[in-house]
Amino acid sequence: MNLTNMLNAPKAGIRTPEAVRRERRVLLVLAGLAVAAVAGFCFIGLVGNWEYALGIRTRKVAAMVVVGTAIAVSSVLFQTVTGNLILTPGIMGFDQLFVLVQTLIVFLFGALALTSADPRLLFAGQVAAMVLFAGGLYRSLFGRDRKDLFVLVLAGIVFGTLFGSLSSLAARLINPNDFVVLQDSLFAGFNQVDPSLLGLSAVVVAATAVWTARLSSRLDVVALGRDYALNLGVGHASVVNQALVVVAVLVSVATALVGPLTFLGLLAANLARQLTGAFRHGLLLPAAALLSVVVLAGGQTLLERVFGMNTALSVIINFAGGAYFIALLIRETRR
Amino acid sequence: MIEIRDVTKRYDGTTVLDRVSLTIEPGGVTSVIGPNGAGKSTLLSIVSRLAPADGGTVTVDGLDVAATPGEVLARRLAVLRQENHMPVRLTVRELVAFGRFPHSGGRLTPADLALVDEAIAYFELEPLADRHLDQLSGGQRQRAYVAMVLCQDTDYVLLDEPLNNLDMRHAVQMMRRVRRMADDYGKTVVLVMHDINFASCHSDTIIAMKDGAVAAQGPTARMMTPEVLGPVYGLDIDVHELGGSRIGVYFS
Repeated sequence: MNLTNMLNAPKAGIRTPEAVRRERRVLLVLAGLAVAAVAGFCFIGLVGNWEYALGIRTRKVAAMVVVGTAIAVSSVLFQTVTGNLILTPGIMGFDQLFVLVQTLIVFLFGALALTSADPRLLFAGQVAAMVLFAGGLYRSLFGRDRKDLFVLVLAGIVFGTLFGSLSSLAARLINPNDFVVLQDSLFAGFNQVDPSLLGLSAVVVAATAVWTARLSSRLDVVALGRDYALNLGVGHASVVNQALVVVAVLVSVATALVGPLTFLGLLAANLARQLTGAFRHGLLLPAAALLSVVVLAGGQTLLERVFGMNTALSVIINFAGGAYFIALLIRETRR
Repeated sequence: MIEIRDVTKRYDGTTVLDRVSLTIEPGGVTSVIGPNGAGKSTLLSIVSRLAPADGGTVTVDGLDVAATPGEVLARRLAVLRQENHMPVRLTVRELVAFGRFPHSGGRLTPADLALVDEAIAYFELEPLADRHLDQLSGGQRQRAYVAMVLCQDTDYVLLDEPLNNLDMRHAVQMMRRVRRMADDYGKTVVLVMHDINFASCHSDTIIAMKDGAVAAQGPTARMMTPEVLGPVYGLDIDVHELGGSRIGVYFS
């Protein structure tokens, strides 16, 4: 039996051959685009001291792959466990929460904590705080019953603003020297990725990806909703808890590396659903991760190398993502 | 056998179920009837461990539903609630195939696939099998959901108002299929029913509930009388023998 048959055999009876072909084609095209975007970012316009430039570019593009994967996976998981295809951790204020946690650390312990502590230890502490806060907050928010979409959107905006305001309040109260250090760590971008965190982040993202892959068939069931999941013998609460921890960890990783990218997750997760037409996480998660890398690396390549612009990519992602978000909201209310 | 002992449920201080005790024998179709707010759906949720009880126990073939691992229970008992909101876009076949999850996890065997096809054929869904649920009419969708429950292949099947959204023809077909699930497959089917006459025509046993308690329980013929039904619904209900079934008349 060859590999193609093995891949097709168990599922051939459930999905139509067209659907199977479409899923595989989408995945292949996305993989090709992602490779092209990464290669394009590394090699287009490479002149002069190319060894040095390539080193910097490789680090940047590695950060894009790590961050893109983290944001895509966390968004798909968040949508699945909340049963809501419009909201993502970014929209619900998760990354603002991370900024708040970071600001509070400086506020309480001084900038010395941020600079002198082992970055890995500090990072672990921040992630732990995120898991606690985010877990508690969003579990109570999404609770058991289906909530009105607009209430949730509103709650997300309010939380995002609240966390943002609290951060800036705390930032005003800390001394100016500490503030400079804090701002430095908050306004990270792909240009100022901390190399010591990049390796750690890559390991963390890879580990959570493996963890998520093991959950994937149960996530398919949880996506149907709580009652169906329980009926089919899946421990709904346990899967949701695990997924929320994974989301908190991944959002922390992405935000610590490059700061908030509010709408990237929405774009990646929903475009992956639309393009593949699939609901299985075994397909959705890699598709969303690839899309996210394509948007980040491809977008940055186009912006820097082709159009020669110096604008931050996040501005464009948030513009396109915001428009897409509004379109989704309008479509949802018309249903 | 489903044994319900002293089950109590409160929502915000209001008692919805008050020390309900019941025994549902294996085999046949049992309908739970009663006015709105009698606690029928709540009882079904507790029996199927979708909601926790505030007191009392429910056992299915001796397994305590609150303590038995979910995947063990999922191979014995299947439940379908009345509100079928589906956040995911699925085809009929994909939905029905989920019924095999308790047996084979995410990996379907050829035997599972055969059962999926059988359930689809049983509910005459073949022409619709590759259509998405959101492209179906309410009645077709309802059939697909019940097909998923049949595909789960459990001894006990609990359906909360399976006739919701169905017109007369589809309602009758649904009840005949439910009846045959009990007769052909030997399943124990428990239904929450609004229409007492559908309950009368297709069930072996009727349980009448009122105000969070069991008002009466017994064989259909004994339950379909003005004396039993009148107080349960607070309504004068004439019962006539028509075409071999007992029909309640309460419309005028």
